[in-house]
Order: sequence, then C-alpha cells, then structure tokens
Amino acid sequence: MARLKTPVILKVSDITVGYGAVTAVKGISFEVREGEIVSLIGSNGAGKSTTLRTISGLMHPKTGSIEFRGEKIDGMPGHEIVAKGICHSPEGRRIFPRMTVDENLDLGAYLRKDSAAVKESRERVLELFPRLRERITQKAGTMSGGEQQMLAVGRALMGEPKLLIMDEPSMGLAPVLVDLIFETIETIRKSGVTILLVEQNALAALRIADYAYVLESGHLKLEGDGSKLANDPAIAKAYLGG
Amino acid sequence: MTNLQPAHHAAGVNNKKWAIGFSTVVGVIFLLNVFVLPNSNTQVQRFFNAWFSLNSLAEIMIWILMALGLNIIVGYAGLLDLGYVAFWALGGYVAGWLMSPFLSQFQVNFFGNARVGFDQGIHFHVFLVLILGGVFTAIWGVIIGGPTLRLKSDYLALVTLGFGEIIPQFMLNGSNIFGLNVTNGAQGIGGLDQPNIFGYVMGTFALPQKFLMVSLMAGAMIFFSIRLRDGRLGRAWLAIREDELAASMMGVPLWRTKFSSYAIGAVGGGIGGVGFAILVGGVYADRFNFVISIIILAMVVLGGMGNVWGVVVGATLLAWVNSVGLVQVGQLINNTFDTKFNFPSYQFLLFGLLLVLMMLFRREGFLPEARMRMVMNEEKLEDLEKVTDDTKIGSH
Repeated sequence: MARLKTPVILKVSDITVGYGAVTAVKGISFEVREGEIVSLIGSNGAGKSTTLRTISGLMHPKTGSIEFRGEKIDGMPGHEIVAKGICHSPEGRRIFPRMTVDENLDLGAYLRKDSAAVKESRERVLELFPRLRERITQKAGTMSGGEQQMLAVGRALMGEPKLLIMDEPSMGLAPVLVDLIFETIETIRKSGVTILLVEQNALAALRIADYAYVLESGHLKLEGDGSKLANDPAIAKAYLGG
Repeated sequence: MTNLQPAHHAAGVNNKKWAIGFSTVVGVIFLLNVFVLPNSNTQVQRFFNAWFSLNSLAEIMIWILMALGLNIIVGYAGLLDLGYVAFWALGGYVAGWLMSPFLSQFQVNFFGNARVGFDQGIHFHVFLVLILGGVFTAIWGVIIGGPTLRLKSDYLALVTLGFGEIIPQFMLNGSNIFGLNVTNGAQGIGGLDQPNIFGYVMGTFALPQKFLMVSLMAGAMIFFSIRLRDGRLGRAWLAIREDELAASMMGVPLWRTKFSSYAIGAVGGGIGGVGFAILVGGVYADRFNFVISIIILAMVVLGGMGNVWGVVVGATLLAWVNSVGLVQVGQLINNTFDTKFNFPSYQFLLFGLLLVLMMLFRREGFLPEARMRMVMNEEKLEDLEKVTDDTKIGSH
C-alpha cells in the first residue's frame, strides 16, 4: 500500500522526550495523513510508546513540536488533546478492571455532551465487538485478555476520534485473536478514522499500514510504504526475525 | 454470570432500603426522646442516658457528616488526607465568628438570634452560617489542594498532615494576631446564639430538636454523597482512583477532578464543624487534634471506603464506642467480673487492636463497596481473567 495523498492530520517535528535524565526519543519527525494507517515499528526501548504518550499529552517534549490538523498540541494537557479528537488505546489495555464494560465505555465518552450521539457511538462499538454486548454488565477485569483488548479499543472509539492511537493492540493475545484485531483495525479505518499503530508484531503491522516508520533507540531509522518495508530483506533480518 | 441485573438498578433499590432505615432510626429516636422517655420511670431513663444519651447520638450525626466528607476525598478519589480535623476546626470557628458576641468590633444582626443584652458581634441566621461555613472550608480546601494536587498523592498526605496541625495551633494561639483577637486562644468562643429555625428557638434544653437538625444535615450529606458518586464527576473520581493514566487518556482532567473532590470533601468538615459548634454552644481549640483526623479516617476505612452506607455504619459504631460504648461496656464488665479496669484509658489500645484485626480479617471494611472488595482481593482478579477462554472468541 502506498501513502495517501490526503492532507496531513498529524505532524511530529523533531521531538525529544525523556524521563528525567534519560532521553527516550531523540529527535523524531513523521507525519500521518487523513484516512491512513501508519505504523511505528522497532524493538523494545526504541521509543515507540514514549512517542505515542507524547502525542496524547501524557508526556511533554523537551524540544520539537506536534501539530494536529494544523494546530500546535504539544504542551497541552491530556484531556484537551482528547477533546481535539485524538484517542489512545494504551499498551497493556489499561481498562478499568473494577468497573463494568458499560461504565468503561461511558468513560471513553467522558468529554462528549451530546448523549444521543454517544448512544450511537456505543451502538457502533457494540456492533464492531458483539462480544462486548454479551459482557456489558460484567466487571471488565473478569474478562479474558482478548475481550479486554476489544474493550480498550472500543473505549477509545467512544471518544469519536479523528485519530486513533493504538499501542500494542495484539500484545499477549492468542494468534486467532491477533488476526481478529488486525481485521478490526481495517474496519475502523474504513469508517473514516485515521490510525497510528505501534506493534511488536512488525510483519502484521507493516502489511496493514499505508506507510511505516522504523525506530531504533530513539532515532528514526527508516521509512517507507508498509508493503515495501515488509518485503525488505534488511528489515526482515532486523525486525521480523528472519 | 451472576450479575445479570444492571448494577445501578440493584444499588438504587439498596439505597432506598437504607434511606428508609436511616430515617426510621432518626424518627424513632426523636419521638422516643420527646414523648416516651420524659414520661417513663427513672430506671428506663437512666438506661437510655447511659447507653444512648441524646447528646452522644447527636454527635454521632456530626461524625457521620464529616466521615462522608472525608469519604469523598479518600474513598471516591483515592487521595489520602491526614489532616481533616482542620476543616472541622475552620467550620467551628466560622460559627464562632458569625453567631456570637465575640467579634464585638462589629454589631451586625442578619436574621440572627442574639441573646438579650449581647447584641454586639455578628449574628447571622444559622442557615447562612452553615452555607458560609461550607464555603469557607471549601476555599481552604482550594488553597491547600491547589498546589499540592499537582504532586503525587503521597505529598498530599504530608501537606494535609501539616495543615491539620497548623490550623488548630493557630486557633489555640490566635488571641493576639498583630493586636487582633481572632480566636480567643485556649478559652475558645462560647455563648453561641441559639439557632432560630422558622420561629422555633433551640434553647439549651431543645436537645431532641438539635438532634433532628444535625440528623437532617447528615441525611442531606448522605443524599449528596450518593448523587455525586453516581454522577459524571463521581465516575471520573472512580476512574482516577482505578488508573490515573487511563483516566487521563479518556479525557478526564486529572488536576481539576482531584481538586474538586478535595474542595467538595472539605465542605463536609466545615458543615460538621458548624453543626458541632451549635451542638456544644461554642468552639474550643483544644478539641481539634491529630487524633480526630485519624479517627475520621478510621471510620471511612473500617466502614468500607467509597461505600456511603458503609461509612455511615463505621462512623456510627466508632463514634458510639468512643463517646459512651467503651465506658458502659467497661463498667458492665467490671461489675460482672468484679474487676477494676479503667477501660476508657485503654481506648487507643483497643482502637488499635480493632484496626489490626480488621486489616487482618476484613480489609475491605464492614460494608465494602463492591468494587473495593475486588481491589482488596487482587490475586483473585487474575484468576477470574481465566474464566473465559480467548480461543473461543475468534469465530464470532
């Protein structure tokens, strides 16, 4: 798949992010265009999750800037960024285990005031994941890992994002579920949501992506069309285990 | 699954049951003290006075009020406050300043009920004082919470601990602040106005009426606690308590939400302070010490953090044990076994023992919130995750 020619929705310019004295992201630039699936791949500690957290406003860059739909968003607190239309399905799912599935979904729409529209989103999410409808009154922590992942994605979709950030959606899931999650990512994109995806499962992430960036210890190493990178022998050797 | 009924529906039925129970108990106590006890024989009177004196029951209502206030901070939002007594003190002094002859530089009477011959000072109507007491403590909640809530919650615990010491110390030594007598020092402010409610003046002997008034205040606090918990803000507090980072990702404004819990929780302490001052007819600085903060916290924890009715039960039991229970049970034991233990002097020993036993055998409190029961049994949560099998999901 090749890069779309749509307008740039997210533009990350030369950001540096660190935890105290440790710099995890050392000057990374990339962009996401409307309607695309863009993947960030790289080994552990490459700075993928840090980059996503910075976009979501959970961390703030020391240098560089992030623009969303032409507006500077770095330095904004997390809730304002959610209000702009960036929702985050975090690594490790981080659902609220002691709340019901329904309450979890409600929280996903925390900033939305129009209750009729929220109801519609809820209906769409439950159509996308029929499994969640069956579990709607169950405490989220008592569900299986796969169901929790569905909830994490569904909860993020409840915010009606323009850009959905997904951090390791297939982590720790059975192979059959990994396929299901990747199918769902396609479905979500078809509904008009732009997706920024971080994955350990690099091959699947490249196959699904229009465009991909490869990170290595905080730097941008490579970029290119997803399918091209998937077939690149150098990539295969370094990241795809063979 | 066992939980087929929507959870909030079941909770609604439960709340109704508890609310009826609470109102019945209050009504029975009131009627008993107005109509039955004055006409019964001295033995019955003596029994009730010893075990369930109206004074101690009215104080229990104040404790409920304050424990519910602290529950909003500790139970709902998961922030640790170790100096809640400061809000009690502040509320008390608001009553002292605004409904007594103490601030004699002024002579204001706004629907107040100044005693004859004592019309200097400020005399506001009791309802206004309750509102102002709540507002004043909320402002102090803002002042304390504002800067500290940006830090980790451990720091909040330390700052509140300090605050809980500073305010009472200030009250104790505040008889000469740059030449101004602000708090009347250790003597405190006595001779509070008798509240005049819709024409009925609550004099010294109107204890049943005062009891009814503080019970209504506690009832209102119960009502607001439940409404807050079930509302949007309550959901946001729970989300922060569960997972701060995830809550932020959902768009919950962290600082503002924690802040609101702290300020709203402070109001409970302020109104409780006003109520207590009216009950005893004055406000005295030496009553406000660190132990009070811990007792209120213990009421919340023992009762069941986050669960309104659990906290009500916890506050009732502990307050009763502290005021008359320990003395009476001790006497009963001494009389029965012919021993001479001074039980009230072992108050904190027994109190500590109770806490240790609770932590060992029932960490989630007497009446735990359903969610809390899961928090306290974390390892079981992981077992539950395996109840459903992922391999069966793929083919939907």
